[in-house]
Amino acid sequence: MLYIKCPWCGYRDDAEFHYGGEAHIKRPFDADSLSDEEFSEYLFQKSNTKGLTLERWVHTSGCRRWFNVLRNTVTNEIIEVYPSNQLPSSQAGKEYYKNNWRRKSAAESLTTRQVEK
Amino acid sequence: MKKPRSNFGMQGLRSEKEKYSIFSLARNAFTHHENWAQAWKSPEPKTEYDVIIIGGGGHGLATAYYLASQHGMKNVAVIDKGWLGGGNTGRNTTIIRSNYMWDESAGIYEHSLKLWEKLSQELNFNTMFSQRGVLTLAHSEHELKEMNRRVEAIRLNGIDSDVLNPAQIKKLVPIININPNLRYPVMGGFIQRRGGTARHDAVAWGYARAADNLGVDIIQNCEVTGFNIKNGKVAGVQTANGPIKAGKVGCVVAGHAGVLAGLAGFRLPIDSRPLQALVSEPIKPILDTVIMSNSVHMYVSQSDKGEMVFGAGADSYNSYAQKGSLNIIEGMLAAAVELFPVFSRLRMLRSWGGIVDTCPDASPIISKTPIDNLYFNCGWGTGGFKATPGSGHVFADLIARNEPNSITAPFTLNRFVDGYLIDEHGAAGVAH
Repeated sequence: MLYIKCPWCGYRDDAEFHYGGEAHIKRPFDADSLSDEEFSEYLFQKSNTKGLTLERWVHTSGCRRWFNVLRNTVTNEIIEVYPSNQLPSSQAGKEYYKNNWRRKSAAESLTTRQVEK
Repeated sequence: MKKPRSNFGMQGLRSEKEKYSIFSLARNAFTHHENWAQAWKSPEPKTEYDVIIIGGGGHGLATAYYLASQHGMKNVAVIDKGWLGGGNTGRNTTIIRSNYMWDESAGIYEHSLKLWEKLSQELNFNTMFSQRGVLTLAHSEHELKEMNRRVEAIRLNGIDSDVLNPAQIKKLVPIININPNLRYPVMGGFIQRRGGTARHDAVAWGYARAADNLGVDIIQNCEVTGFNIKNGKVAGVQTANGPIKAGKVGCVVAGHAGVLAGLAGFRLPIDSRPLQALVSEPIKPILDTVIMSNSVHMYVSQSDKGEMVFGAGADSYNSYAQKGSLNIIEGMLAAAVELFPVFSRLRMLRSWGGIVDTCPDASPIISKTPIDNLYFNCGWGTGGFKATPGSGHVFADLIARNEPNSITAPFTLNRFVDGYLIDEHGAAGVAH
């Protein structure tokens, strides 16, 4: 049983939440310009990390708001909870975010390019 | 190298093989069963193998056995980080069936079921395969309609399937509650009479013994920590006990498939999640059919020891912790007690979790990889046990010939690029 601290409602057990999978997957704006391999990487490939991972949860049976969590998938320890429109602030979270393969993926470079325009 | 922790009571036995039969049983009774031959050796790893199979579960051992028996490849090793059959092979609820809707799935699972039917004879090891029938329940009007449609598709593939009405279900399973006022009433169901269960450990042990007999080395307690890759081609593996060279490497590690793919430098479309099961105290025979209910996620059968074996749905979140959340078990038991009020006084003995490798389309990956001569067999999700013989058989074929056959071709890793998914999430009714 996970014991998750919703940023708005406080500690509740995981039966109240739904899992939203890996966090910080950015949808490419101009997906047509990606090759099939690059789009497949965005759509299907998973980080599925053994150890620290950044993931999304929604407090379905409570405030119904989404937020992000830094969790260890081996020990189930939750290290950080932060709003869904932000990046992690803990050192471990920052490092995981920076080193994740998605930062270098074609799909994500496309979103960055679009945002910079 | 360390000795394996356990051979499940077969330790310390003499080395040469003998055929198991009623005569060998009687002969050994005279010596108080103290002189049974060792079922498999635990050799030191050689420096080089033609094929290394990573993962000593049912699928990996079956692959090694078929490499040796069907393809004449005897210089083969199976490497496991723990003891053989200690992962999902020893943690599942042992349900076997082949009633899948899509042709591709029917191909692999029916191939597997046909191998199950003669497996005990082939391996000279009693896998306790029991074709007691697998009954899947429908709890709503549209689920029943969809079930009828699915049964027709399954029959077109030559696989036995029959729709039953609630009265027929009650006759088959007298302890089931078919009161129409239930929250999830039994509206009907469909049965595959050739489906059933087998003894999970016996499958691993049987394949291990048979593979060992053909010269396969089974190396336990030896974790693979990396791959040696030269010019895009696998040359061997790094292990906790040092490097081992290999011409080809097959990886069959269920929940840890993504981790090993990472070591080889590529990614898989796989999420690893806990799947929980539990058993009750043993009771007198009360249920001689496997009951599945996909919409309330309750799977139950009675083991030969008399325990009720319950399976739940997978937990929603990714984890490698081999345990899940209690609310999943509570939900499953609530459904079990509603469908079988007689279970309400049963005490549960044990619960556990295994880490299952789920694919976006709920179908397995049996495929070549971006690395030459490295093959992956994974993504079986919550239903890999039933496929053990078939999976090993076709994976051995893929490794030996370096070409997919008609059964494995659809299960390529490339389907996530070309879009030819085998979407069994809906077609199989979620559960496996």
